[in-house]
Formats: sequence, structure tokens, C-alpha cells
Amino acid sequence: MTPEGSLLAASDLHKAYGATPALDGAEFSIHPGEVVAVLGPSGSGKSTLLHCLAGIIRPDRGTVRYGDRDLTAMSDAERSALRRSDFGFVFQFGQLVPELTCLENVALPLRLNGARRKEAERQAREWLERLEVEDVHTQRPGEVSGGQGQRVAVARALATRPRVVFADEPTGALDSLNGERVMTLLTDAARETRAAVVLVTHETRVAAYSDREITVRDGKVKDLLAGLR
Amino acid sequence: MSIGHTLLGLLESGPRHGYDLKRAFDEHFGHDRPLHYGQVYSTMSRLLKNGLVEVDGVEAGAGPERKRYAITDAGVTDVGQWLSRPEKPEPYLQSTLYTKVVLALMTGRDAAELLDTQRAEHLRLMRGLTERKRQGDLADQLICDHALFHLEADLRWLELTAARLDGLAQTVHK
Amino acid sequence: MTRPPHRRPVPPHGPAVWFRDLGMGLRFAAAGGREGWTRTLLTAVGVGLGVLLLLGAASVPTLMEGRHERAMARQLLNGEEPPSASARTVLAAGSDTTFRDERVFGTRVRPEGPDAPLPPGVTAYPRPGTMVVSPALRSLLASPGGALLRERLPYVITGTIGDAGLLGPKELAYYLTSDALTVDNGAFRLARFGADDPGPPMSPMLLMLIIIACVVLLMPVAVFIATAIRFGGDRRDRRLAALRLVGADVATTRRIAAGEALFGALCGLALGTALFLVCRTFAGSVTLWDINAFPSDVTPLPALAALIAVAVPLAALAVALFTLRGVAIEPLGVVRGRTVRRRRLWWRLPLLVGGPAILLLGGRLDPRQSGSDVYPVAVGAALTLCGVTALLPWAIEAVVGRLGGGPVAWQLAVRRLQLSGGGAARAVSGICVAVAGALALQLLVSALQSDFVRRTGQDSSRAQMSVSLPESTTAGLRRGIARLAGTEGIRGTRALIEANVTRPGPLRKGEDFPPGAPLTVGDCASLREVADTGPCHDGDVFLAVHGGPASDAGAVRAAARPGGQVLLNADGDTGKPIGAPRLWTVPERTREVAARSDPTGDLSLRVLATPGALDATRLQDPYARVLIRTDPAVPDAEEHVRNTAAALGPEVFVSTVHDTESDAQYAGVHTGLLLGSTVTMALVAAGLLVTTVEQLRERRRLLSVLVAFGTRRSTLAWSVLWQTAVPVALGLALAVAAGLGLGSGLLRMAGKADYDWAGVWPLPLAGGLLVLLVTLLTLPSLWRLMRPDGLRTE
Repeated sequence: MTPEGSLLAASDLHKAYGATPALDGAEFSIHPGEVVAVLGPSGSGKSTLLHCLAGIIRPDRGTVRYGDRDLTAMSDAERSALRRSDFGFVFQFGQLVPELTCLENVALPLRLNGARRKEAERQAREWLERLEVEDVHTQRPGEVSGGQGQRVAVARALATRPRVVFADEPTGALDSLNGERVMTLLTDAARETRAAVVLVTHETRVAAYSDREITVRDGKVKDLLAGLR
Repeated sequence: MSIGHTLLGLLESGPRHGYDLKRAFDEHFGHDRPLHYGQVYSTMSRLLKNGLVEVDGVEAGAGPERKRYAITDAGVTDVGQWLSRPEKPEPYLQSTLYTKVVLALMTGRDAAELLDTQRAEHLRLMRGLTERKRQGDLADQLICDHALFHLEADLRWLELTAARLDGLAQTVHK
Repeated sequence: MTRPPHRRPVPPHGPAVWFRDLGMGLRFAAAGGREGWTRTLLTAVGVGLGVLLLLGAASVPTLMEGRHERAMARQLLNGEEPPSASARTVLAAGSDTTFRDERVFGTRVRPEGPDAPLPPGVTAYPRPGTMVVSPALRSLLASPGGALLRERLPYVITGTIGDAGLLGPKELAYYLTSDALTVDNGAFRLARFGADDPGPPMSPMLLMLIIIACVVLLMPVAVFIATAIRFGGDRRDRRLAALRLVGADVATTRRIAAGEALFGALCGLALGTALFLVCRTFAGSVTLWDINAFPSDVTPLPALAALIAVAVPLAALAVALFTLRGVAIEPLGVVRGRTVRRRRLWWRLPLLVGGPAILLLGGRLDPRQSGSDVYPVAVGAALTLCGVTALLPWAIEAVVGRLGGGPVAWQLAVRRLQLSGGGAARAVSGICVAVAGALALQLLVSALQSDFVRRTGQDSSRAQMSVSLPESTTAGLRRGIARLAGTEGIRGTRALIEANVTRPGPLRKGEDFPPGAPLTVGDCASLREVADTGPCHDGDVFLAVHGGPASDAGAVRAAARPGGQVLLNADGDTGKPIGAPRLWTVPERTREVAARSDPTGDLSLRVLATPGALDATRLQDPYARVLIRTDPAVPDAEEHVRNTAAALGPEVFVSTVHDTESDAQYAGVHTGLLLGSTVTMALVAAGLLVTTVEQLRERRRLLSVLVAFGTRRSTLAWSVLWQTAVPVALGLALAVAAGLGLGSGLLRMAGKADYDWAGVWPLPLAGGLLVLLVTLLTLPSLWRLMRPDGLRTE
């Protein structure tokens, strides 16, 4: 069923919130190192698709395969463990723990994954350097600019060296210049670590950082390449 | 795009030969359409006649004589005026796409389909621009940004139009 | 440029401004939607409980006075000149008994004519051999559980004692008309019941207890109100911000916000009054500290009630305004103490130092003397408690700021406390005060109780009961002893027949009366209970002259010389024999031995004789004491003994042997205090719960994000637990320290030294349990908020 060589693949996903269907037979696949943009008007089911793919919510119907594992058949604890170890997340806003310093925020997923505090913070520091926000490591999220905060979030998403990064409107709250910088750093780092990126956005300019795009319309997915296949 | 004003602007940083001017133009602005030598000389002679440039010196050599051009005070003023004047919006793309969307709806075809195809095409171009921007220097980035924003604006306008016409079509077909 | 004078309406000023703004606040609170009502409700509950406590405290004087008056009104006192018998007199004798550790007030009466005075609450004397009883005794006697008591009081019930004759509705009491009653067998002749007594002014100890109890119980309520006022309430914030935007100044918005709090306080006043009215109807069914009161006794002094009605809303207003000090209401939103103002120590310490200082400087408080000044003590205690409350936020900030390290959950909790520990500290300081105050009170109360709880010197391992049989014939005593020995539930008895002996012959030089000594006849086993006889055989006689006062020993030796004679039937007043002298020779081989405390703690020097040495029937007016060992396997053994004793006659006196006294009373106070402070802490916990859930709700999105990248639920649950537990642990530590300190201070005031450390631990334990409970109750909202819905962009 799943396309050959794909890292994460979903078929025939259905999900409804109450009576309103959010996903209505969606298909998706992504390869290692690939950046796929998920486009579509608001309310089309983009975020729901991302949440299903990441195992945050369970679809009503359909399967999500990650490697040789079926996410939809896994327990909540197993999916949580998978998200800790193999996935990374960047959201639009409100994702950094306000009480923790930026460094501690980046170290958080590493520590959740069982790393010791010192080692986690050493690695976190490297990622902050890499995303050019090393200077804010002692500051709290409330004290840094939006662009810096989002870079910290990207650093956090990448710190565990995930196989898949899920980014939901990662530049939504940023100005163009900062958005562009965040996208460049994110996609560069992802390509380098051969991580796949699922990029949900409504901005074509941001989608232009992808290798390929799919469009979600009324819960259905239009994969132009898939159509060609 | 005004070639005359562009060349004048290039001269502002110092006198140049005609050949140098072409090279500089191509390097910074001529990605889509390189300039012909003929265009440079005809433009220069027009600018000379209008007193916006002057000949700074002539070098004799094996080939054709090489004139060095320099900008005059009047030329500097002219560049300044051009820079501060707003450009007329380009209506070309919008009108074509509009015609297509309207035609699609009138003939019962899927406007969303047309939109997705057009977006894919736009995105293809935008990916290329984005890639060039990542490799290029500041000037590249500025130019690519401009194109990217325009393309994005086209798309957004197109999406809005499609959404509007969809609603319109539904009332029409009732 | 002349403009027509624009007549602006004169804005209200002075008190009118206050009325306008407070009124607006009241309207906002009443129309504030669900959130507003929640806040109002919480405030109202807090204030309501406070009002309930205050009204209860204000009723204590009435309550004590009512009890005292009724107790005085039924006293049997005939004063210095006993009335002579007439148609207007009555013979009365106290006849209290005990049933299963509960006192039964009993009086035997014998009206001497138709105009005999009636005891309070009794409308007519029962016929001879019948009795009138209190409603509680009537139902006890009718119930299966009262069957044993019914045996003791087998009389026909012909009437009921009214409330005027009872201390409380649950009191067990009876009046029995007995034809056998005479002045000679212990009755008083009365022309009326009751004694004139102005009533002692309230004991300073009791006053101090009440004042401190009020502080202890009210401080958490005040803290709770302060917390409730800060409950976020986005709607209110937007409303206040909107008011600022349309031009209200800071003072106006504060007054409006205070008006909203005032609404809660007024609701609370109503609620508290309603609760009080409901609670007092149940006053009769509660017995605390041996006090059981009629609802009509639980009436606050009018002046105090009026003071409460005025002071509580004003206090709520003051608290609200004080609290809003740290809240900046700006036109574009409300900033809640965000400016990280480091807490200062300088103004907190004087409170904490000043309180104990006042306590230490104040003199000792004499529990029996009413003149001593109780107010400095109360002020000192209150200041100390306030100081603890004020110190806690600073302490939490200081300690939490130094914390670090540990697992992720700990890190999350500590960091959150570091950034916004104020809210937690506020909520917790309520618990802190409750615990500190309750501890102090408990120490004090237990020390006061130690007056009663001290070791009695009795030894319940040797005997559990002691029955005294009144003067009778030896044969009569032996019958009584035999009946007691045959009672159900008894393992063994020791019987001692006692009388007095006198040296015969004329007075010697220097003597005012003939020397006499008590003499006890019993078998060897019984004699060993009162002396260390050593080897003992029937026929032996001992002089127990060691181990007691030398003068007593001298008296015994003077009266009974081995080989000499003693007079058995001397008249106590003259020393002359009654009728023919009955003489008994003390054997030559009589040994001097040491006396020993008997199981009831008595020690007396005397002559001891075994039945083989002296025939007890020769004694004059002998009486007897029977020491009884009951069978612990028989549950009502004591009651059986009392029944037998009662059947032997009204003058048979039964006492139980306790190592310590008043255990049950002390336990009652202990439970009451624990219960009171637990209720207070539960209130604080409710505040803590609301604060925590609200905090979680604000962070709904963040929680969803944390879940998205795989945070375990348990990690977040632990972080909530730590976040609650750390301040509470600090608070409890401070509370225990302050409570013990304050307690010792108060004990010093009261002139007591030893106290009951065992009473300390339940309160911190209760505090800790409440933390757990709050965390547990938070979990459902935590789970709900951790659903990925929070990730969906609005």
C-alpha cells in the first residue's frame, strides 16, 4: 500500500469532530530528508492531518504507517514514546515553557527522553548556537523576540535528532525576514540530518521552501505528484 | 523597466566604459533578459543628447573606440527623481488569469483545479527563486523577494477570486 | 475667543463617589456571568464560614452564662441556717451516677408538704418511688442500650424535666421521690432550690482561647478572600480595562473591583448568618468539651453580632483594596503583579518579632484570677500569626530561588514557583496560619487539660473499681460484699472492713482526746493491698506505721500498743464506750510494717488485723471498702457493679480507678480542634484548587504542545504535585515552628511547662493530605487540558 521507500505514510484517513468531518479519505507519504508542504485554506483539515500523522490524535478510520509500525494500532503511551524519540514539533506560538530558560526549553525533550541534565544542556547549547540564538540561552521566552523564540523552538524540535519534524505554521507569528530565516535554518538543518519535514502553512512563500506540496481541500488531499504517479 | 535610468544609476558610483556598463547591468538586473550592446550605445547617445551623461575620455585600441561615460549633475537629479516616482502596477498577469478563471466557471470547469495547477506552477517558480535566494548575495535576495512577493500576491488574489466566483457561480446556477 | 460657559455636570465627590463606584461593582458582580458568579460564590463561602465562626464565638458568653445559671438554679444548698421542717420544705440528696463514662445527674427528693419548692424544670413532684427524667434519659432507658441503667433506676417514670432544669438537651438527669430520705442519711432540707451566685467572670484562659481561636480560624478566611479576589476572571479584567479606556481613573476602577468583592462579602454575610441559624438548631446534638447546649443558648451577644455585620463587609473591602495594590489596571489590560518586585523582609520581621515580644513581656496569666490582662496576650498571638503569614511569601521566594536540579517534573515546578511563587504562597499561607494557630491552641489546651489529665496515682492494674459501703452492721457489710463478689463480670474482690479504735482509759497529761487509730479487718490478700505485710497468716496483726507521716505513725502507736488493749466501741466525740466497753488485746507479736498505696491511690497508717485475730462483728459502726477487679472480656462489667451497688442502697459510693483522668474530655477537645482546623484547611485547599486549575487552563495550549512532543502525563502530574507540595511543605515547616513557638509562649503565660507532643503531628499530616487531595482533584482537569484540542488554532 505505502509508496516504496517512504518514511511515513497515511492512507484513507477519516476524522470527524462531532458531525463536521475534518479529514475525509486523506492520503499522504513522505520520504527521509524530504520537505513536504501541506497547503489549503483554513478549516480544510491541514492541522488535523498533521496531528494524525504525528500520532497526537487517532484517526477514526485509516492507517498511519511509520517505517514498519502502524501508529493507529499503538497505545497512547507507545505513541508518546515515539513522539519523544523520533518526532520533533514546531508550532506557531505559545510552545515554549515560560518559566524555563531558553536553554532549558531546548534541553527539555532530551531530558524527557532520558538524557542527563548536563549532557542535555550541552547538546541544547550546540543547537542554540546553530540557530544563531546562543546569546539568549539564559533568558526566559518572555524576554526574547518572536524570531528568537521561534528559533529556540526549532532548536528544541531538532535537538533530539528526530526522523520527522512536524511544523504547524512555524512562521505564522513572525515578520517576513524572521520567517524566512527560521525556514532557512529549519530546512537546512533538516536536510543535513536527513529528517523529513511536514510543513503546514497557508503562505505560498513559506511553502516554497518545500520539495513538494500537497493541498488539503475539504478533508481530501490532492497530491499532484501522487496524481502523476 | 527603464534601462536608461538603470544605466544612469550604475554610473553614479563612477565613470565606466560601455562594455562595463553592460556587464554590470547583466550581473545585477539582467537575469531574465541580457542587454544588447546596441541597447547600451543607443541609450547612452540619448542620455548624452539630454545632457545627463558626458564623455569622460576616449581610449584608442585595436577594436572600436572605447568611450568612458560619466554622470552629470542633471543625471544625478534625474536618477533621484526616478527612484522616488512610484511604478505603475503591472496589470498583465491578473487580467490573463482572471480571463481564465471566468472562462473555467462559464464553461463549467473546476476553478479549484485551475487554481491548484496555477499554484503548482507558481510554486515551481517560487522554489527556484527561493533556492537562488539561498545561494545568492543580497542583490539576488532582494530581487528574488520582489518576485516571490509578487507571485504570492498573484496567488492570493487568485484564491480570493476563485472563492468569490465559486459563491457567485452557485447563485448563478440556482 | 469667548466660548459660552459649558456647564459640566458636577461630578459626585466624597462618599458619593464611593457609593457610586461600589454600587457599580455590585452590579457588575451580580451580572458577571458564570466566572463572576464562581468568584462571588467562593468569596461568599469563605466569608460565610468566617461569619459562622465569629457568630459562634460571639455566642460563647451567652452559652456559658446560660449553662452556669441553670447549674446554679438546681444547686442543693441550705445556707448557714437550715430551715426547719414545714410544708414548704423539701429533703433532697445528690444521687449522681455514671453510665458508660457519661455522668447522670440524679437527685433524690422527699417533699415535706404540699408547698414544697420544686426544682427547676419540674412541674410536680413524682409520687414516692417514681421519678421524672430528662428526655435524653427517657430515651436511653427505653432503648436496649439502656437496659443496664434501667436495672439501676427501675422506677416508674411519671414526668419529664423541662429545659430549665437541664444544662443541655443531651443531659441525663432524674429526680426520684424517696420516702426513705431523712436528714440523717445525707439529705439537705431546702426551702428552695438554687444558689445565689453572681456568676464568675469569664475565665481569662477561656477568653484568650476564644480570641486566639478567632484569629486562627479567621486569618485563613481572610487569606482565602484575598485569594478569591485575585482569581483571574478574564471577563472582569476586560471590563475593568474597558472602564479605564473610557476614562475611569485608577482609584475608580479599584473601588469598582472592591465593590465586586463587597458583593461576595455581603452574600457571605447572608450565607454565614443562614449557616449559623441552621447550625444552632443542631447545637443540641453535638457534645464538645463536655458541653452540650440548647439552641437558645447559642445566641450571639447583640453588640457583637452588630459589630460582625458591619465589620465583615468593611474588612472584605479593606482586603480587596489592599490586594489590588499589586494589580495595575491599565486601559489595555490588567497587569497582575507582573513587575517582579522582590519581596522585602524588613516590614515582615517586626510582625514576627513583635508578636512574641509582646507575649514574652506580658506577665503570667493566672487562670483563676480574672483581673489579669488578657488582651496583650491575644494581640501578641495574633501578631505572631500575621507575621507568619507575611513571612511565608518571602520565605518561599528565598528558598525556591535557591532550588534547582532534579528531574524534569521538579524543574518545571521549581521554575514556575520561581517565576510566580506569589500565588502559591498566598494560597498556602492560609494553611500555614491555620496549622500554626491550631498547633498553638492545641498545646495550650492540652496543657490546661493536664490539670485534669495528670497521673492520678491510681493503679488500674490492681483493681478497676472501688465500692464504699456505708456504716452498717458487720453482717450487713458481709452481705453487701458477697453480693458484689457475685456480680457478673467480676474476676476478684478484696474486701476491707474498717472502723476506728481508741485507747481505753483516762486522758493522759497533755491529751485533749484519747488517741485513736483506724483499724482494718481483712484477709491476708486484702491487707496486702494496703500494706507490705510480708509473711501473713490468719491470726496475724500488723501496725502499718512506716511510709507515711510521722505524726500519724505516732497516733497509731499511741492508740495500739502490742500487748495493750484498745477500745472497739468508743464514742467518737467523748472517747467513752457506748454501752459496755468492748476491749480487744493487740497481740504481743504484732509487727510494724510499711503502708502501701491502695489501688485508688490512698495511703493511710493504721492497725491491720486478720479475721483470725479479731472478729469483725465486734466493731462499732464498721464500714467497708471493696476493691474489684473486673473482667475486661465482659463489656459492661462496670455497669453491673454499679447496678449491684445501687441495689445495696443509695449511699453506696462507686468509683472507678483510672491511671489518668479525663481522657475522654481531652480527646474531645483534641478532635474538635483537629476538625476545626481541617475544615479551615479544606477551605484553603479549595482556593488552592481553583488557583491551580485556573493556572492550568491559562496554559492549555502549552500543555497540548508538551503532550505533542511526548511528555508523559505522569511528568506533568508530578510537576503539579511538586508545585503544590513545595510551598505547602515550606509553609507547614514554618507553621510548625511558629505554632510550637507560639504554643510555648502561651504555655509560659499560663504557667504550664509540659505539653503533649503527640498532638502535634496530625495537623501537618492533615495539611500534607490536603496537598495530595488538591493534586488529585487537579488531575481530571489536567487530563482534559492535555487533549490535543488545545493545538487547534482558533
